[in-house]
Amino acid sequence: MSGTFVGMPAFPKAAHEAVGNQTLRANLRHATHTIRAKRAAAVAEVSDWAELREAGKRIKDHTLRHLDRYLVQLEESVTAAGGVVHWAADADEANRIVADLVKETGESEVVKVKSMATQEIGLNEALEAEGIRAYETDLAELIVQLGKDRPSHILVPAIHRNRGEIRDIFAREMSEWGRPAPEGLTDTPAELADAARLHLREKFLRAKVGVSGANFMVAETGTLVVVESEGNGRMCLTLPETLISVVGIEKIVPTWRDLEVFLQTLPRSSTAERMNPYTSTWTGTTDGDGPRTFHLVLLDNGRTDTLADEVGRQALRCIRCSACLNVCPVYERAGGHAYGSVYPGPIGAILSPQLRGTGSEIDASLPYASSLCGACYEVCPVAIDIPEVLVHLRERVVQGGPVTREGNKVVLKPAKGHGAERAAMRAARWAFGRPGALRAGQRLASRTRRLHPRTLPGPGRAWSGTRDLPVVPAEPFRDWWQRTNGGTGDEGTAK
Amino acid sequence: MSSRERILGRVRRALADVPRDEPPYEEAVARDYLREHGARSAEETVALLAENLADYRALVHRCGADELPSLLARLLAERKAATVLVPPGLDEAWLTETEVARVADRVESGAHELDRVDSVVTACAVAVAETGTIVLDGGPDQGRRRITLVPDHHICVVRVPEQVVSSVPQALERLDPARPLTWISGPSATSDIELDRVEGVHGPRTLEVILVG
Ligand code: SF4
Repeated sequence: MSGTFVGMPAFPKAAHEAVGNQTLRANLRHATHTIRAKRAAAVAEVSDWAELREAGKRIKDHTLRHLDRYLVQLEESVTAAGGVVHWAADADEANRIVADLVKETGESEVVKVKSMATQEIGLNEALEAEGIRAYETDLAELIVQLGKDRPSHILVPAIHRNRGEIRDIFAREMSEWGRPAPEGLTDTPAELADAARLHLREKFLRAKVGVSGANFMVAETGTLVVVESEGNGRMCLTLPETLISVVGIEKIVPTWRDLEVFLQTLPRSSTAERMNPYTSTWTGTTDGDGPRTFHLVLLDNGRTDTLADEVGRQALRCIRCSACLNVCPVYERAGGHAYGSVYPGPIGAILSPQLRGTGSEIDASLPYASSLCGACYEVCPVAIDIPEVLVHLRERVVQGGPVTREGNKVVLKPAKGHGAERAAMRAARWAFGRPGALRAGQRLASRTRRLHPRTLPGPGRAWSGTRDLPVVPAEPFRDWWQRTNGGTGDEGTAK
Repeated sequence: MSSRERILGRVRRALADVPRDEPPYEEAVARDYLREHGARSAEETVALLAENLADYRALVHRCGADELPSLLARLLAERKAATVLVPPGLDEAWLTETEVARVADRVESGAHELDRVDSVVTACAVAVAETGTIVLDGGPDQGRRRITLVPDHHICVVRVPEQVVSSVPQALERLDPARPLTWISGPSATSDIELDRVEGVHGPRTLEVILVG
């Protein structure tokens, strides 16, 4: 598949480089800590969070376990509502379908609303090769696109850039792409947002083709849902004459009613809001309102291979809220780019190796880019047991075993002695070699004790085979030390 | 083999472990979460809506039905609007006291035309108190989606208490999925620059909500 950044070094090397970049680290730390605290407050507002989380998990699990039925139902309802459904087995096929659809309209540019699926398949580059220019319209994506950069966070893709850098990128690059940045642009966020508004408005107003993803697709009604903040999504979904949505097959929910769960859990988990500023839903086409033509491209690209893994398939429940990134001690230090994929952080560490296989060093090392602290699992609104999948994937990297690739069952060779194993071990050493990462990790580890295996998986097995792993204590040593002021019994001085 | 058949075949093989007698959808999901959070009177629900709308930087006004035309006239004047866009089925009485030139939305009006209009006044389909959300469903008094998107100033009228529900589950029950829906919670915003919230990127930068009743 596309989407492995070419020549991407394995996780530990990329992470090592990121850690050396002080600006990046400071930006990331500030951002993740801010949003982490806000999310906790937004979640605490709803007394039935645990029930909503469990319902979300069950809806997604049920859908995935009957995905063939729901896909067919979705196809029927979208078609009945006036949409056209296409099926794409891999990235190349999806890109070709979209490029052909754009060409049929006679247009040579499209406006895009941020979508993980189209990033995953490298759609912009594929369209470029066909002479079609794709304009990213999400502010952060615009920053990334103008800066000839890569996204580093699911929700805030330019999280690694500070306001000064953004100002410089706008002042330098906007004129290349359309309306230049205003003279004397400063680095206040309001002015930068205004510059983006002016720059993009001319593109929205003349756009004939819009390209989107979707957060949810309702099988029963054929409705697609896009959740956003800025209004660029609304622009792309309603002003063009033709709308093309590229959506992973796992984004289905069975019924309209199911949205009542996710429209509560997604905004609070992702932007830490009661509700995001704009949510658009549409069902096929509507006379006189919005695009006259609607195409839905259903994307596999490794999802069915992931589905074939009984432990790993839970990764397909992900609603891309990014809460797991914001609490991850390894992500905070390594940054999004180190994960070598559009899916960074804990979810990336379990999703990329499944979507792409563990053939490359970066993908083999990703399951080790974690200290298994369990914070990601705790915050996940669909209760994906990320540590469990990490342990499972580590075992598979080291011991090999049966996997499904492009629909075929194959037996993976053990990575023993291969580059993949060395990359994996370096990643493990890296994750455990950060005192800060380890400290946050340990604290959470005690809350998730039941997740921890008594023997180390993968490369640790030979070692732990002859030794019992120490049981994680109910209160980690560091917390105890802080609480008791180093064991002097003088409590209340923690922090 | 078409990609459709290929993908469906892969899905079916991937799910070979799923037993035939799995519980059906109706039993697979426990719906033991709340239908609404807390018990409130109708008036308290409206007050919560006002509070949450304001929390997300919408400008909130309350008035009786007879005061609506003068309030709308005042808000448009304060905004110094020269033109106001009006959906085809908006209550004629609402704009009887304003001098501002009305622009009807016609199917052939392009995005550039809408971009030159100062303000838009619409009704709504439902409002959600717990989240501070108004939902538009493209009804005759709300118009096409684009008319509440391109102009920079949107005034939305909510009839209280009848159009207000407490929660997201209650709102979904009232809405028709076949219609194109826009859920609006405050003016457009971004937190993409150092996670600083900035109001007003692409949608209307000023959202005023009038609670009538
Ligand atoms: S894995 Fe869970 S927490 Fe992480 S992005 Fe997906 S849904 Fe959110």
